[in-house]
Amino acid sequence: MKELSYFPGCSLEGTSREFDESVRGVMAQLDTRLHELPDWSCCGATSAHCIDERLAIELPARNLAIAERSDRDLLVPCASCYSRFKAAEHEVRDNGKKTSFPYKGEVAIRFALDYLSDPAVMAEVSKRIIRPLKGLKTVCYYGCLPTRPPKLTGIKDYENPQHMDRLVEQLGAEVIPWSYKTDCCGASLMVTRPDVFIKLVGKILSKAKETGAEAVVVGCSMCQMNLDTRQEDVEADLGRRLDLPILYFTELLGLAMGHPDVKKWFKRHFKDPLPLLSAKGLM
Amino acid sequence: MDSSYPVNASHKSLLEEVNQASGETIQNCYQCQKCAAGCPVNFAMDILPNQVFRHIQYGHRDKVLSSKTIWLCASCHACSTRCPNSIDIAKVMDTLRSISNRSGLAAGEKDISLFHRFFLKLIRFTGRTWEPGFGLYKLQTGGLPGMMGWAMKLFFKGKIPIFPTFKGGKDLKRIFKESEREGVL
Repeated sequence: MKELSYFPGCSLEGTSREFDESVRGVMAQLDTRLHELPDWSCCGATSAHCIDERLAIELPARNLAIAERSDRDLLVPCASCYSRFKAAEHEVRDNGKKTSFPYKGEVAIRFALDYLSDPAVMAEVSKRIIRPLKGLKTVCYYGCLPTRPPKLTGIKDYENPQHMDRLVEQLGAEVIPWSYKTDCCGASLMVTRPDVFIKLVGKILSKAKETGAEAVVVGCSMCQMNLDTRQEDVEADLGRRLDLPILYFTELLGLAMGHPDVKKWFKRHFKDPLPLLSAKGLM
Repeated sequence: MDSSYPVNASHKSLLEEVNQASGETIQNCYQCQKCAAGCPVNFAMDILPNQVFRHIQYGHRDKVLSSKTIWLCASCHACSTRCPNSIDIAKVMDTLRSISNRSGLAAGEKDISLFHRFFLKLIRFTGRTWEPGFGLYKLQTGGLPGMMGWAMKLFFKGKIPIFPTFKGGKDLKRIFKESEREGVL
């Protein structure tokens, strides 16, 4: 059995609970044991790096120091936490920045989307697929932080990433190419400037709809929250219905591998994916 | 004109101050405007990202530090990724927000600047983000009623924790002390 340390991050305890549930569910199906970091705290998110350079390193370093107490790699599903962790790693390891925590820059930080779309892990997934997602038309939406900045994420095709596309295709679904997969959803402006934010989400959702996709697949907790839970506001702004379920790639992995809790995950969505998936004979 | 503010308290020009704090070289910008063209928030900005760079070069301290642009930047890194001179523009925006926050000048986007301080103060006490806390922010800035329907729906979907978790106590208290002393928060 494989073992990984696990940092869920704040959103996965709240607005993205089904992401946490599906990550844990899928990892168990893949015989991988997750050890949640004891007493983990917020990574500082956007606010720390916006106004306080020191806290922007200290807050992630605290968690990374806890992770370094074991030899396990650290699995991080949230793109914002992942980005802040990689930024702290870069400052400490490459720029010699000091932190007040015993963090050495040694723990391997693994973003859940990158980890699960790795060919070796996908080979394990393929052996367990019992319900191929035949007939489901999707677009993959990566957002900003899962690929940018590439010097931190190591993603080479950052303008037109393919790893989530390959994963979803391997599960049997149709993946439609489109031009908005790495546009920003404006998560950091969601609370403060909803008027600006709604335009960004509106562009992404209407372009997704134009491709003929029936659902959008995401790998970031903030992208999902914004595209799903604010979709009604976008529809009001655009003056037309979109009705696009926004699915975590982990939910699709669970669906294809026959996880028993899939329905429970989907119940947490605002745009209910069940009618679409039932019509496709997948539920 | 910003001629009354050509240097800061330690007699550094804005250009020197930003270069030093960000580790980037603002002079490398040759105004190709690729950052502005690819910026998802450009339609809401008062000065475009490339214009911010030119104003820094001219030492227009007030113009830059009081702009809406530095707060509207969504930190999506499209600009940094595409800059032909490899300037980490998103990092420069962080530096400018930080200088602006400490400068005592009124922020061009007061509510966004307040949000970041509010968010960090919340973390300081709860250790992890606690969504109901944002209600207090919206109460202060207006717009709480408009968000209540959405928040209630999240609550009934089991996506809003009622109580905060309180993690990282002593460590957080210690690392926030310096920021509190420096007046960042």
